[in-house]
Amino acid sequence: MTERPHLAVIGAGPAGLAATAAAAAHGVRVTLLDSAARAGGQFYRQPAAELNARRPQALHHRWRTWERLRDSLARHVEAGHATHLTDHHVWFVERRSDHFTVHALLGPAQEDPVEVRADAVLIATGGYEKVLPFPGWTLPGVLTAGGAQAMLKGSLAVPGRTAVVAGTGPLLLPVATGLAAAGVEVAALVESADPKAFLRRPRVLAAQPGKVAEGAQYAAQLLRHRVKLLTRHTVVEAHGDERLEAVTVAALDTGGRIRPGTERRFACDTLAVGHGMLPHTDLAETLGCRLEGLRVHVDDEQRTDVPGLWAAGETTGIGGADLALTEGHIAGRSAAARLTGAVPDPRGWATAAKSRTRLREFSAALDAVYAPPACWTDLVTDDTIVCRCEEVAGGAIREAVAGLGAGDVRTVKLLTRAGMGWCQGRMCGPAVAGLAGCELTPSRRPFARPVPLGVLAHAGETEDDEHQ
Amino acid sequence: MSSGSPQDLAEARPEPAFTVTLDGREIEAVPGRTVAAALWSAGVTSWRTTRVGGAPRGVFCGIGVCYDCLVTVNDRPNQRACLVPLHPGDAIRTQEGTGHDD
Repeated sequence: MTERPHLAVIGAGPAGLAATAAAAAHGVRVTLLDSAARAGGQFYRQPAAELNARRPQALHHRWRTWERLRDSLARHVEAGHATHLTDHHVWFVERRSDHFTVHALLGPAQEDPVEVRADAVLIATGGYEKVLPFPGWTLPGVLTAGGAQAMLKGSLAVPGRTAVVAGTGPLLLPVATGLAAAGVEVAALVESADPKAFLRRPRVLAAQPGKVAEGAQYAAQLLRHRVKLLTRHTVVEAHGDERLEAVTVAALDTGGRIRPGTERRFACDTLAVGHGMLPHTDLAETLGCRLEGLRVHVDDEQRTDVPGLWAAGETTGIGGADLALTEGHIAGRSAAARLTGAVPDPRGWATAAKSRTRLREFSAALDAVYAPPACWTDLVTDDTIVCRCEEVAGGAIREAVAGLGAGDVRTVKLLTRAGMGWCQGRMCGPAVAGLAGCELTPSRRPFARPVPLGVLAHAGETEDDEHQ
Repeated sequence: MSSGSPQDLAEARPEPAFTVTLDGREIEAVPGRTVAAALWSAGVTSWRTTRVGGAPRGVFCGIGVCYDCLVTVNDRPNQRACLVPLHPGDAIRTQEGTGHDD
């Protein structure tokens, strides 16, 4: 048997797992690299093995799909057609003349480098949560909605006894019901949008009966756990001295402004907050892929415009786990066909392609319904920290914009240091763009994560020697 | 109605707890948990003060993106508490500023 062509898949969430299964089943050897100790990504994040969870499915939705993905990966690993590299933090993908080199750092320490050579690469790096600032959002006890869920799923840990879940978007529902099921008193679910707006889109809903049923399930669970649902409301301030003690919530008018006199206070030790998701695009950007807004552009086969490079899942646009599965499948099939020298036949993935179309329509409808309140910039007082790393407040950013003429995120950064810290502007970028009155654009970070200088100095040396 | 805890919900039977220290004080940690989860379970939500304002910080993004949960573990500063798993005897120290001053 001739050696199979080699595909590196980066990210072991729904998209990466579906891609691995599809490619390994069609004649390709796959190396799946992921930063976590176990496969699953954020959506199917698994409890650490030492916790011996006998019913991890109690924390999850669509567990059967996970079992299928997990078992399929195990089968391909056993057959020698796939390798799963856990604890591999990919910081850079390098395009060489006849192959790609994936550069990763090992383990939680992230000091020792690993290089994986492959004929092609499939990026399935997912996304991260966007949070817009408000007074008190840096207090311990305030965390992202997805972060609360990650700690619950991965460590079986909750941050406190009484929580408010707030912001906007479909993620808030599983977070609120998940925390409630895990014994946290959820004082309120505060959603700035009006999900009833969905009823004005009957065609989209009719095409997704599963999603409608899911919504109804969440509504029933909120009732069962007696979670107060406040739509068209927003958190205006988080209170506390050394840690969170309460939040003030207010109603929004149709223009997205605070309705005066509607403020009320909820005592809580946890605020799980999120305003939607953003795609991780660093690796693709550095490779020179074309981006559309903040997402990686792909064709019908999930190919980027860089030859040999595919992308699937949230990195190509936020759309949820179901969409990531279909995109991953198509990307894996396309990569397998092209790497084995066959002409890809889209009829082979027609069902997935049809689902992909419907799911993209559905996620566009979600985007139209869920939005942060128009007034969010008004909530950012001059002393509200906006850049959490560099501790740059709203006033300094406004001064840079109004006083010094900064009109984009980069100029604000040069003048104030906002976005120059550890997270490289991932957290404050959307807020700085909003306050500067410009669109958030890709940041063009050369590396996807911090790299020790020693690793950087020696990266690729072995290959350079071979080529000389 | 609510069940007791996440461990009850997932029917977890973790291996026996071990001891680690936070600023010299002994705390019990369940194997498999990250530094952040172990500290939460011990009732601690903050383990860093910022460089400029000296403000307390803890977990924010929970998935290794925001770097707000930085902590010193076994004399190595700037570890992300939400990613790093704990081991018996680990010495966790509250990180002040850059973590390189002491």
